[in-house]
This record gives sequence, C-alpha cells and structure tokens, in this order.
Amino acid sequence: MSETVPLLEVADLTVEFSTRRGVVRAVEHVDVRVAKGETVGIVGESGSGKSVTSYAVMRILDRAGRIAQGAVRFTGLDVRAASEDEMRDLRGREMSMIFQNPRAALNPIRKIGHQIEDVLEQHSQADSSMLTDRAIEMLDQVRIARPRERYHAYPFELSGGMCQRVVIALALACRPQLLIADEPTTGLDVTTQKTVMDLIVELTRQRGMSTILITHDLGLAATYCDRVMVMEKGRVVESAPSRDIFTAPAHPYTRKLMRATPRPGVALRDLLPEDESVAAHESLNRYARPRAEHPRLSSGNDGVDGPMLVSPSSEGAGIAPLLVVEKLVKEYPRKRPGGPLAKIFARQPAPEPDTFRAVDGISFTVARGESVGLVGESGCGKSTTSTMVMRLIDKSDGVIMFDGEDIGAIPAKSFAKLPLRKRIQMVFQDPTDSLNPRFTAARAIADPILRLGGMRRRDAVRGRCEALARQVGLPLDLLDRFPHQLSGGQKARVGIARAIALNPDLVVLDEPTAALDVSVQAVVLNLLQELKETLGMSYLFVSHDLNVVRLLCDRVIVMRAGRIVEQGPTAQILVSPQAQYTRDLLAAVPHPTFA
Amino acid sequence: MSKAAVIPNRSPAGEKTVSVAPLRPASAGTAGAPALAPRNTGFSAAFRHARYILGENAVTGFAFALFLVIVLAALLGPYLVPYDPLASDTAAALKAPSVAHWFGTDQLGRDVFSRVVVATRLDFLIAVASVALVFLMGGLAGVAAGFFGGWTDRVVGRVADTIMAFPLFVLAMGIVAALGNTVENVVLATAIVNFPLYARIARAEANVRREAGFVLAARLSGNGEMRILLAQVLPNIMPIMVVQMSLTMGYAILNAAGLSFIGLGVRPPTAEWGIMVAEGAAFMVSGEWWIAFFPGAALMIAVFCFNLLGDGLRDIVDPQRRT
Repeated sequence: MSETVPLLEVADLTVEFSTRRGVVRAVEHVDVRVAKGETVGIVGESGSGKSVTSYAVMRILDRAGRIAQGAVRFTGLDVRAASEDEMRDLRGREMSMIFQNPRAALNPIRKIGHQIEDVLEQHSQADSSMLTDRAIEMLDQVRIARPRERYHAYPFELSGGMCQRVVIALALACRPQLLIADEPTTGLDVTTQKTVMDLIVELTRQRGMSTILITHDLGLAATYCDRVMVMEKGRVVESAPSRDIFTAPAHPYTRKLMRATPRPGVALRDLLPEDESVAAHESLNRYARPRAEHPRLSSGNDGVDGPMLVSPSSEGAGIAPLLVVEKLVKEYPRKRPGGPLAKIFARQPAPEPDTFRAVDGISFTVARGESVGLVGESGCGKSTTSTMVMRLIDKSDGVIMFDGEDIGAIPAKSFAKLPLRKRIQMVFQDPTDSLNPRFTAARAIADPILRLGGMRRRDAVRGRCEALARQVGLPLDLLDRFPHQLSGGQKARVGIARAIALNPDLVVLDEPTAALDVSVQAVVLNLLQELKETLGMSYLFVSHDLNVVRLLCDRVIVMRAGRIVEQGPTAQILVSPQAQYTRDLLAAVPHPTFA
Repeated sequence: MSKAAVIPNRSPAGEKTVSVAPLRPASAGTAGAPALAPRNTGFSAAFRHARYILGENAVTGFAFALFLVIVLAALLGPYLVPYDPLASDTAAALKAPSVAHWFGTDQLGRDVFSRVVVATRLDFLIAVASVALVFLMGGLAGVAAGFFGGWTDRVVGRVADTIMAFPLFVLAMGIVAALGNTVENVVLATAIVNFPLYARIARAEANVRREAGFVLAARLSGNGEMRILLAQVLPNIMPIMVVQMSLTMGYAILNAAGLSFIGLGVRPPTAEWGIMVAEGAAFMVSGEWWIAFFPGAALMIAVFCFNLLGDGLRDIVDPQRRT
C-alpha cells in the first residue's frame, strides 16, 4: 500500500476548539493514511476525537473548531487550502459520510426518493429524465424491497434499519471514492447491524471504495476493517492491521479496551484492567463492612421497617419465587382515522382488531437473589414488560405476583405511595435523562429516602447518602455536584445508588450500560454484580446485548414480538440455543474472530 | 450519622471500582464537562458565569446596567428628585428644558424630570405585579396542562384560545372598564392578556419532560404526581419562564401605559408615563415637545431594556440558541 499514493493522507492533524475555558485540543498530531480500496477502523471511547478527525477531513467542523496544524490531502488535493466551493463539490461526490442517527440525517418532510435525487442533481450525476430511475436503482442496490413504492415514502414511514439504508444510498449515490461511516449502526439492533454492515462492505468492495469506519465497538472494527487505529484523548495510541491489534495489542490502552469488551468465554471480573481485577477478588471481604453496617444504620430509624432488612438470599433461593408473571398482556389501542364522530357513524365493524398487543401473554419467574436477563430487539416488548413489572403502567391482562402479593391488581397511579414501592426499584437506561438536572447527586439519591424511607432528619439522610455513595464507589465530594458536572460513569453510579437506597428486593435494570463506554460499562457491571451479592437483590436485566447478559445473568428470557421465544439457564441458551431466532441473534454479534 | 463519620473518606469500594480515572477530586476532569465545575459552586460560580456572559455580550451588560438604573429609580426616585412631582407652579408653566428644569415643565408648571423619575416606581410595580400574577396563573396552569394532559390540557388550552381570540389591547380595555378603573385591575387585565403566552410555553416545556427518565425515577421514589409537578418539573422550566417574564415585562409596562393613555387605570394627577404622554400630546402641535417626549423616551428605554435583558437571559439559560 505504501508504494502507491494513498487516497487520503492526514498528517500531524491538530484540531482546536475555542471554548469559554480557552482553547481545547480535541485532536492532536494524528496521522491517518487510507489506501484505495482499504477499510480503516478508528476505534475509541467517547471524547477520544475520532469523530472530530473525520469532520476535519470533510471540513465540516462547527464554528468553534478549526484545524490548527497539519495537512489533509485527498487524492493529492490540499483540503485545508481548498475553497468552500471546491469542498462542496468534493463532499458527496468524492467523499461522503454516514451518520450515527439515520433519522436525524434525513429530512423528515421530504420523500426519500427526492432526497436521493437532490444529491444526484447537486453533483450533476444524472440528467433530469434519468433522476427518478437512478434513485430507484440506488434504493434497489441498498436492498430496499419494492423500491418503486418506497421511493415515495417519508423517513418516518421506515424503520431505523431502512432509514440507515437510505442514508447509505444517499452516501453512495455519486459513487464517491471515500466513505466515512461514523458509528453507522449504534442505534440499530444486532441483526440489523449485521445486515447494514454487510451491505456497506459489499457495496464498497464492488466499487473499489475506501472506507473509514468510526466505532466504539472493537468487535465491529475487528470484523470489518483491514486496519484499525485506536484513539485515546485526541491521540492515536496504536495503529496496526486489525489481526495484529486483536491478537497482540501493543499499547496498554488497547489492551484495556480489549479486556473491557464483553465477549464469550470471559467472566465479569476479567473485564477490569489487570491490576484492578486482582483487587476485585478481594472485594467481597471489603464489602462486608457496609453490609454489617446496614441493620444498625436502619434500625436507628423507625421508619425503615423490618422485612426489608431480611436478606432475601438467606431465606433460600428457589423456595418461593420473588416475582411470578403469568400470561401478562399489554394492549394498546390502534390509531384510527377520524374522531369520536367517525366512530359513531362507522357502518361496518373494523376489519382488524382495535388493539395492538405489545406484550402477548408471557409468563416467567424471578427467584430471590437471581438475575434474569430479558433479551430481544427493539420493539419486542421487553421494556413494556419491565415497566409493567415496575408498576409504572397498568397491565391489560394477566397476573404479576410479587412476594405473594398480586401487585398487578394495584393501579399504577396509586402504587407510588405504597410501602411495596420501595421493594421494587429500577436503574434507567440513560443516566443523564434519569437524573433531574436541577438536583444535586445527593438530592437525587436522597429522594427515595425522603419519600419512602421514613427518614426526615437532614443529617441522617445525608449519612445514608454518603454510605450509599461509598457503596457504589462515588467519591463523596461529588455528592454536591449537579448531573452536568459528572461523567457518564459517575451519573450511572448516582442512578444505582438511588435504586438501592431503600434496599429493594427486585431491581429492574433497563439497559443500564447502553449509554456508557466499554471500560465504564465493565466497571458498572462489576459493581452491579457485587451489589447483588452483598445485598441479596434480584435483578431483572433488560438488554439487547447478549454478551452483557451472559456476564450478569443466571437465566435468560428471549423475547420477540411480545412473546417469549425461549427461556432457560444462561449457559444453555447462549451455548446451545433451541430457537432459530436466538441463534440468529447470537450469530449477528460481531466477534474478533482471530482472537 | 456517627457511623458515617467513623468510616474514612477513602472507601475501599470507591478505590477499587473506579477504573475510569483516579478517584479523588482529579476524577473531576474525566469527561470535559466536569472540568468546568471547580469546587466553589453556588454564588461565586454564578457570579463568574454572569461575568463571562456579560464579557461576551456587551449589549446584555448594557441591558443589565439599564435595569439597575430603573430599579434604583423605582426604589429611591421620590427621595432624589429636585421637585415635588405633584406641586404645580403656574408661573413656570410650559418652560423648555433648562438647568433648573432638566426636562422642562408641563402646562401646570410641574417638573417633568421629577415626574418621569417618580413614575418609574408605579410603572415598574404594575409590570412586576402583573408578570408575577400571570406567571402564577398561566405558568402553573400551563405546566399542569403539559404534565397531566387529558382534560386539564383541554381546559387550559381552550381558555388560552378564547383569550387569544380577542384583540389583546381591546380585551384589556374591556376588563378594566368592566371591573373598575383601578391600578389593581390594570394589573389583572395585563396578566390575563398575557395568560396564553405563559400557558403555552409552560405547557410545551412540561410536555417534553413528562416522560423524562427523572420523572419516572421520581415516581419510583414514591413521589405523588403533584409533588413531581412542583418539585421536579417546575424547577426545570423556570429558566425559560424567567426569560419569558423579562420579555413580558416590557409589554406589561407598555400595556399599562397604553391603558392610562386612553384614560383607564391610573388617574391624572398621579405621575405615570402613559398619562404624561397623553397630557403632553396636546402640546406637541404648539411646539412644547418635551412634555410628551421625555416620558415617552423613558417608556421606550424601559421596554427596550427588558427585551434586551430577556435576550441576554436566554443566552445565559440556553447557550445553544445563542445567535
């Protein structure tokens, strides 16, 4: 590759952003070479500067950012010196980009066919009589079924995976030489991710295009790239053929990332960096202290009642399940054209049922001290199920028994103030969204204690908050900060501390690590496991990521279209799945195969 | 909690679990954003933030300075002015601006400067009171409508629609004429006229937060719906409401002055900008421009100030929307 002139050559690139706190260097001294036909992966965690590098190449940095130093050469053209007109001509025709969120990248009020025509027209790739045919041809190439009909579809009429295909069609419409894919599959399900990635690879191979794949997912980069660059804090720490990176990572940061990525055949502790996993093994002894502290801490306050303190695991797992769900159904009314008047005047009965079943008669149990994984792709009803179990929404039919009580019969509206409330808690998917931006970390953790814990005295509540913060590994000096002053991992800890504040019996974890970087995810997963062992809680772990479920759960339930496809012990489901759907799910997860 | 005090700050759990970054205060710098929060939060941080905004945007600084002047005039005006604003001196009637009478005198020989300064208090009070009132009515109704939806939303929405169906100034005139010609009714009328604006903004802001994670989390923590509304959702929409309040302040002053101009609300001998403009208008044709000009200018500057202030506050509250 080195003998030919590379398609893209970035040398010593430094990008600066001027912020109110002075100049921040997002990217420092980065070199990238992409040869013709080559696929290069840029891997890094959030804030590593991987996206900024690609924006600099396309010269689409926002106003505050500028290329401070270095050279960007694309097919011999100096991108830094090029005029805006030249760049506009280049973008889309010679190099194009696929963005992370396909819905945001498409104009919501314009038909997708017209959007493809716009690009073709802009770069005069086809004369006006041919435009429609070319657009339909593009849709066909990205495997959109019935392209002639879909030409007239609006983005909101298509699924996320279809939208991403349309974005790919847009990006490839003018047959560019370089495609930059910025986290192209992050919001998509694993099976969709596989088809989209396979499509990108196939189309770019066919056309001899070069690709830069920007991702946080090492498995994805390993599967699809020829060469991988690992970035950390704006610098490239390692750059090598992907086989070398994954078999013999040279840089400690790469090794740390590799370790932190959940994959088959590793235990939860193995995700932590070497030096810390040793410490983790001693953690149970260390946790003995906060555990012993609990009864005393609580008994000083009459409001915290007895049953909560009985460690559920001591009663013996499996005797009576903590949670029994039977034939649970959630129906939503279908939207119909016309208002109440139309209903009255409707002559014949509607051809299809008036309701849509998001959850269609599912049954499962969660034993005391057990963690159960609820797995499925988006729209399978797993979140609806967990929200019903949480008693945030009402069921349509079926039974939810919690510790012998039929909590499904209690309306969700009145559940908030019942004593039962504190025994079922939840950790939310997005740690940022789940914390009130106007509350400090301490106030957020104290909320359930104040409302349901029966503690009123300010110093008692504060003491409990501090104990919880210690338990989840949140430095005490961060307690008085607001969410925007905390990092993602720290916010996740606040959310976990809030969920365990009342010593619940059942904690629903709704994709608790989906918004976190892999290294933070590794730490949070370990924390959750330790807390479960210490406090004897049961987990209902909702996730789309089979590798994460594998690590944390004793049993797995696989859901699809509101029904349970398969359930059983984790090892059995993930090693020898019975249902074809489970097999497809497992096969779609990208693994570094040569490891 | 004595137990907590015994355990050293460096908890073993903490030491072990954070691998992202060193645990102690250094971890503040892990993700860009935390770096912008040094330990001294609260007042000094707010002050630094305000200074940054003012330094960035001189116009906002000017608006703040002007606002201070208006507040000072409202508070101390009556004690500072050279003449009694109500004392007439027919000998000195209709004098042009001079060293003795900076803004001249009116047809009764009253000092226009003293009257303009003293009127600040009344106009400012009317504006503040009506804005506070409309925030309580419209803001709370709107938040409830957006948060609860359903019939609450429908009722609030239809009330707002009904008010908006009238030409607003005519509606305000009607309210004052019907309820009685008093300052309180001017305040009420101004508040009612602004109701739809507040209700709609509060509704929209509350509506997007209705299903936010922190609202669900609050429900799980055992908060009742009313408490979630007031303690969790309302504080989050306060910034945008404060901006709105500043922008409506200008309109409220204008509305009050307008009502006085046509003879509703504040009655003649009182010093009030709208009345003064109305009284001075008759003398414009004969060349005594200063009687109407100075109160009019005061009115304009006040409205201008509140609008600039609103824009500035929006920049502070929501840097993304900055232009």
